[in-house]
Amino acid sequence: MALKPAEFKTDVHNDWCPGCGDFGIVNAIQMALADMGVQRDKTAIFSGIGCSGKTSHYINTYGVHTLHGRVLTFAQGAKIANPEMTVVAVGGDGDGLGIGAGHFVAAGRRNVNMTYIIFDNGVYGLTKGQASPTLKLGEKTKSLPSPNTNSNVNPIGLAIASGFTFVARGYSYDVRHLKDLIVQAVKHPGLSFLDVLQPCPTYNDLNTRDWYAGKDLMDEAQKRHSRIYKLEETGYEPTVHYDSEVETNEKLSQALIKSLEWGNKIPTGVFYKNANTTPYTVRLQDKIPNYVENPPAKQNISKDGFSNTDISKILDSLEV
Amino acid sequence: MSSVDFSWLIGGPQGSGVESGANIFSRVCAEMGYQVFGKREFYSNIKGEHSYFTVRIADKKIHSNVNAVNLMASFDAETIFRHYDEVISGGGIIYDSDIVETKTDAVHTLDAPFKERLHKELESKNKPFTVAGVLEIAKEKGVLLFPVSFKSVLLTLSEETENPRLKGLIRMYNVIGVSLSLGLVKMPTDSLQKTINNIFSKKPEIAKINQQTATYSYNYAAAKFENFNYTLSGTQKEPGTLLVQGFQGTALGKMACGCRFQPYYPITPASDESVYLESNEILEIIGDRPGSTAVIQTEDEISAMGMTIGGALTGTRSATCTSGPGFALMTEMLGWAGINEVPIVITAYQRSGPSTGLPTRHGQDDLLFTVFAGHGDFPKIVYASGEIEESFYDTGNCFNYADTFQVPVIHMMDKFHASSVITCKRFDTEKISIDRGKLLEKVEYGYRRFEFTEDGISPRSRLGMDNGIFWDTGDESDEMGHITEDPYLRVKMMDKRMSRLDLILKQIPENEQLVSFGIEDFTIISWGSTIGPVRDALDMLKKDGINIGLIQLKLMHPFPAEYVTSLLKDATTIIDVEANHSGQLGKIFKQNTGRDVDYHVLKYTGRAMTSTEVYDALKKIVENKAEKREVLMHGA
Repeated sequence: MALKPAEFKTDVHNDWCPGCGDFGIVNAIQMALADMGVQRDKTAIFSGIGCSGKTSHYINTYGVHTLHGRVLTFAQGAKIANPEMTVVAVGGDGDGLGIGAGHFVAAGRRNVNMTYIIFDNGVYGLTKGQASPTLKLGEKTKSLPSPNTNSNVNPIGLAIASGFTFVARGYSYDVRHLKDLIVQAVKHPGLSFLDVLQPCPTYNDLNTRDWYAGKDLMDEAQKRHSRIYKLEETGYEPTVHYDSEVETNEKLSQALIKSLEWGNKIPTGVFYKNANTTPYTVRLQDKIPNYVENPPAKQNISKDGFSNTDISKILDSLEV
Repeated sequence: MSSVDFSWLIGGPQGSGVESGANIFSRVCAEMGYQVFGKREFYSNIKGEHSYFTVRIADKKIHSNVNAVNLMASFDAETIFRHYDEVISGGGIIYDSDIVETKTDAVHTLDAPFKERLHKELESKNKPFTVAGVLEIAKEKGVLLFPVSFKSVLLTLSEETENPRLKGLIRMYNVIGVSLSLGLVKMPTDSLQKTINNIFSKKPEIAKINQQTATYSYNYAAAKFENFNYTLSGTQKEPGTLLVQGFQGTALGKMACGCRFQPYYPITPASDESVYLESNEILEIIGDRPGSTAVIQTEDEISAMGMTIGGALTGTRSATCTSGPGFALMTEMLGWAGINEVPIVITAYQRSGPSTGLPTRHGQDDLLFTVFAGHGDFPKIVYASGEIEESFYDTGNCFNYADTFQVPVIHMMDKFHASSVITCKRFDTEKISIDRGKLLEKVEYGYRRFEFTEDGISPRSRLGMDNGIFWDTGDESDEMGHITEDPYLRVKMMDKRMSRLDLILKQIPENEQLVSFGIEDFTIISWGSTIGPVRDALDMLKKDGINIGLIQLKLMHPFPAEYVTSLLKDATTIIDVEANHSGQLGKIFKQNTGRDVDYHVLKYTGRAMTSTEVYDALKKIVENKAEKREVLMHGA
């Protein structure tokens, strides 16, 4: 019987600030897991360090709260060793695109079948609001002594350039839409990336909920002009349908151009989706034919307390 | 002839087949029943710099190289410049007669400090700065010279076999060098044929050319040169003898003991192990479908370590393999594995530091680093193998320790191991026991990963196990694995984890903690690959009527302080022998036992110790002529 979202909640006290965008994301994850009917003990949430790192403790599946910047390494290791697990990795933008940027790029090249969600708020919240990789050059959030001297990373563009095969953006205050994106991401056969815009009410006084809602753009007639819009409502087609270089390049370019859109119009939804790229599982299967049926975690390595591995042929070849 | 103890050296530019030449020579000798101890030295370079291989053979078990070279096979000038003085009186040098006029300045790979020393020596002996100059010195010392025009050998061969390609095939120089050597010592020729056929079994054309070259060169030396003092006619071969390279011990150990996941990042001298594992990734399993090792090349060592931990959380026996610089990157994660009680094995093939140091050279520089690696207090095991044969069985033990005590285990190996080629007894997989400790096969409800238990070790679930849900965190946690900052719980959790250090000392059998080779007034403490040269040196001293004791430490952390102290109570003089600058074992020994070592015998040239120089240093110590700190220097 499918579980309800509430059954994916733990009773751990949640200590995020009131109004934090993270709540929307954790709710969306729980709703998505319930929606997909995954088994709790066949699912693992891996998290990085920072406010978002606590996510794994709030979700009632296996939860592995790892180290700053390194969440993808732990998650990929687990997924490769036990491919039957549903693996979702989460972390902040500082975690994934600052200290962890190398792993982000390398993960894209591997295309392990799992999902990575970045909680993107432009600041390092838990260390009191320093500039993080997605904050724009020259912007000065509340606790910065002076404006940001670095240009920002474009998370969607970087994911596309790195080889992620599903790239999307959600907004933490549009929980239903975000839930749908998570479901699509988890179901995607390969590495999926979700950039989730997540206002930090305490330290980011620029990209606030009101800013995303476009309150500052209200015209005289008091009509609202939300900055956020959904790609799927504009006829944007993110999917590579055929395993052709021409179509792939076209969709990649389109997504890259779309990823540059920011300011008064911010796209959400799926930017790019390509199920033709072989997932890592298949690449391993090409080398190790029974990898999927008999992955590392399932292998029987002993008999009556002793080795059951027969290395005698190798030893024969070394014998003189 | 009494006992055989013969050292052969082959040198040449990297990429010229020095290693395969040494491989042929070693195989032939092993085939003829001799014990082999070979060691490769090379620059951090792909092609062109000088590399050499020393192969010592004997008709008894040997554990190291010696200073004396009995026969040197060279085909370039640099090898002669660098090694002519290692060949002893009565020994021989095979060299290319076409290059005797080569000047030192014409060899661009001779580095300035070496050239300066060489020129000084030549000047003092009034010799020209040429190959002929150094050969004269050798000759005056009593070394026999065996000139061969390598070019003419190829020319004649090419005419005889009507194969014009052979004429310019300088790739064959290594085979010529090896075969001349074997002809010179009259090694039965069929073993050479057999070895070449084995090595090139998949390339019959290449086998044929090599065969012809070998036979011709062998006969050439046998016919042309006489009066060489050494004849190697073979000896009784012990059945079940392997010829293995250092990294194969831990690699085969990993296959046998069920390590099924090895992420790694390339680094010298560690990556050979991972590449070998991947080359043999599909495994035969007795009475079951094939198994496999997933070997994953990662983007850096941090990722290798993260993946290894991720794999271990699924219950898979997981390991990585690295060297000092890579291990430095892994240390933050080592603490994570410590606080989350994750069993992993890090095989650490040390090399000479600090920083990049001497990246292709030997050193036991990382003992203190591994023992103290990671911020904060957490339990771990640092375990060191002495000889290559041991490393196979030790690998199995390391995984058992990791599973039993739920701690990261650092298995210390080094570059001396990695690039040694030795004969040893066939590895016995039946001796590899598998103890997964408290790893659960089934979980009932109400599981708590970090449950407080009597022995401080909690039953371990794995990712994907029904009802086995747990949380891990690098933060301090409660029994469920959720974050806590409660001071009382903190103390309980810290005490629970750290109590394991005592448990480890209590439960690991004494004969796995250390090996005592006897205690005497003078007793050595040593560890790792240095044990080989020390053992041979002790045998040499015994022949002089000098008995020195030896304790080989294997469990480096937690340190078996009480056991060591009690063993050494009757030893009046403690000598620390190891390959680093500061006497790191000596420091740990003092920290744990309160006792100072009396002498250090240290080497940090980047070259492994020979038993000869250890013997010399120990003799000085016994004769009360030694400094407190004896530093060894042998080797090019």
